[in-house]
Amino acid sequence: MATNEHELEHLVSRKYKHGFFTEIEADTVPPGLNEDVIRFISAKKNEPEWMTEWRLKAYRHWLTMPEPKWAHVHYPPIDFQAISYYSAPKRPEDAPKSLDEVDPKLLETYDKLGIPLHERARLAGVAVDAVFDSVSVTTTFKEKLAEAGVIFCSFSEAVQEHPELVRRYLGSVVPARDNFYAALNSAVFTDGSFVYIPKGVRCPMELSTYFRINAANTGQFERTLIVADEGSHVSYLEGCTAPMRDENQLHAAVVELVALKDAEIKYSTVQNWYPGDEEGRGGIYNFVTKRGDCRGANSKISWTQVETGSAITWKYPSCILRGDNSVGEFYSVAVANNLQQADTGTKMIHIGRNTRSTIISKGISAGRAQNAYRGLVRVLPTAEGARNFTQCDSLLIGDRCGAHTFPYIEARNPSAQIEHEATTSKIGEDQLFYCLQRGLSEEDAVNMIVNGFCKEVFRELPMEFAVEAQALLNVSLEGAVG
Amino acid sequence: MLKIKDLHARVDGKDILKGLTLEVAAGEVHAIMGPNGAGKSTLAQVLAGREGYEIVSGSVEYLGQDLLELAPEERAREGVFLAFQYPVEIPGVNNVYLLKAALNAIRKHRGEDELDAYAFMKIVREKMKLMQMDPSFLNRGVNEGFSGGEKKRNEILQMAVLEPKLALLDETDSGLDIDAMKVVAEGVNSLRSPERAIVMVTHYQRLLDHIVPDVVHVLADGRIVKSGDRSLALELEERGYDWLQKAVGT
Repeated sequence: MATNEHELEHLVSRKYKHGFFTEIEADTVPPGLNEDVIRFISAKKNEPEWMTEWRLKAYRHWLTMPEPKWAHVHYPPIDFQAISYYSAPKRPEDAPKSLDEVDPKLLETYDKLGIPLHERARLAGVAVDAVFDSVSVTTTFKEKLAEAGVIFCSFSEAVQEHPELVRRYLGSVVPARDNFYAALNSAVFTDGSFVYIPKGVRCPMELSTYFRINAANTGQFERTLIVADEGSHVSYLEGCTAPMRDENQLHAAVVELVALKDAEIKYSTVQNWYPGDEEGRGGIYNFVTKRGDCRGANSKISWTQVETGSAITWKYPSCILRGDNSVGEFYSVAVANNLQQADTGTKMIHIGRNTRSTIISKGISAGRAQNAYRGLVRVLPTAEGARNFTQCDSLLIGDRCGAHTFPYIEARNPSAQIEHEATTSKIGEDQLFYCLQRGLSEEDAVNMIVNGFCKEVFRELPMEFAVEAQALLNVSLEGAVG
Repeated sequence: MLKIKDLHARVDGKDILKGLTLEVAAGEVHAIMGPNGAGKSTLAQVLAGREGYEIVSGSVEYLGQDLLELAPEERAREGVFLAFQYPVEIPGVNNVYLLKAALNAIRKHRGEDELDAYAFMKIVREKMKLMQMDPSFLNRGVNEGFSGGEKKRNEILQMAVLEPKLALLDETDSGLDIDAMKVVAEGVNSLRSPERAIVMVTHYQRLLDHIVPDVVHVLADGRIVKSGDRSLALELEERGYDWLQKAVGT
């Protein structure tokens, strides 16, 4: 009812009634989406004409697309006209004044994760003047990267400073028309990250969104583009183990990775958006399109993710294995507790010869949560000698949750070798009792069993991240048994 | 140390223990023998606090406390150890990790400092030598892909490291060849001490050749029907359980 096509058409065709130009002064647009809003966003960011046009084209296509319904998730219809697509940084008077005003439960979680005090304020969105003392860290960091010729900046900055690179690669992996949410993101994205690693450069450090300048207020439509030129190497860490509070319920990000000949990109994510309360109220909807293109021969793209947050997660980091001998990897732990719903997985598209892909997916369900793995392995006729190995394990905690597996396999080259293994197990009473009998508390026992189950994925995470991810998993599953 | 009085217990509505009475003092080794289905394993599980066993009546006193009031992990921390008949596999969890977590949970309960990795490894290495176990064991998943004999040896290793006050061995000899049994028995014997009680549940008397008990009990139809010394076990071996069951009218 709220967003049927009729209404959209109506909104598109009608003239903007409220006198748009006065709104520019106000730095915020009222809820709703139309071409003027997109022009407004683009103008705010001082974007070149081609960028504005690109957004508008995406928007016009989005209008023709139906909202996808195939995922194994349920939620009330989203009213896209009720969302405000641009707002200036939050005014300090709206934010909590101090940590005393922040949800104590959130603080408790920070405590358990061992987040330093000054960081807690930033994460909880408390208005503080000096956010944290990272200026010196950031400066050394920037100098080191500049020396290596690495570009790492906000997306807005990249559009201004490196328009030729952005124009060349933007939308080349996830076209604006790719899917409903990608089209929406292309039309209205506000910011994100841009990375370019020049030929033959091994990025001297792990790039983390944590250190990104202007990270605040990237908003709900984030855009990331990473280009690894020939023979280069980069490891990118996204996200944060601490739960981020956010007023925006819908998040539709797009991440594009391009690996040219002999290049390697390792992309690690720890996602811990607010999952809603125990009844699932107020949680984030996380509808993300992540895709990597192994464009050159011998290139490699590896996705590792630990997903514990969000009310609904809809996410399939994928690899297009275009270059001969290119390699795609996907390692994932997806946790769903209480009323969380997750539909995640990957797509491996084998186009080049001797392309190889590995998929290790670990789904954990607890409470009344539903957790689905959806994966596609497609071998095109050109992909002589392609190989895939998929292992897809589900762990159930309690008897009110669910695990679902939807593997799709399409092999159109007879030389392809595809292996798929899947298991579903329950944390057995036997395992639990065994640990209790050795003196462990129930919570420690569950944590230990779950961490054991996820080991193969944690191994792929950068060291520090892995430790945090384990702590995070433990917090996420607290009270899951008993 | 352990005083069980007129214990009645039920599983899935079925009476298994029907008035079991047993006393074990510190320093003693008791063997509980009996035919299949007599309630031997149930007794071990009830003492360890397994869920699903309903205590109908009776009491269990352990070191002056009501054992039945304690949660399973509290019993473990108070020094009750069960060597399982079928040790379960926990994939991906290192043996050494479980063992360290267990030892430190128990030490913490006793008000002792947690051991650091170095001190812990020193203890474990020593005990592993005793159990003739290869160090590679430690980094394998808990019981993951272990042979029957390896699993049982691992149970005794855990016992040696955790140093319980009351050790319950549930059919520890089942699935062991003679060499493995000797190693396991040696491990158990090394743990005999005036402060420790050991209760072995077994179907066959052959284990008792290697771990010689102070007292032998016969458990039949949910009760201890006869107690005696070592010679009782030998008599059972020769004559089976039938004569006894007939003699006591069960």
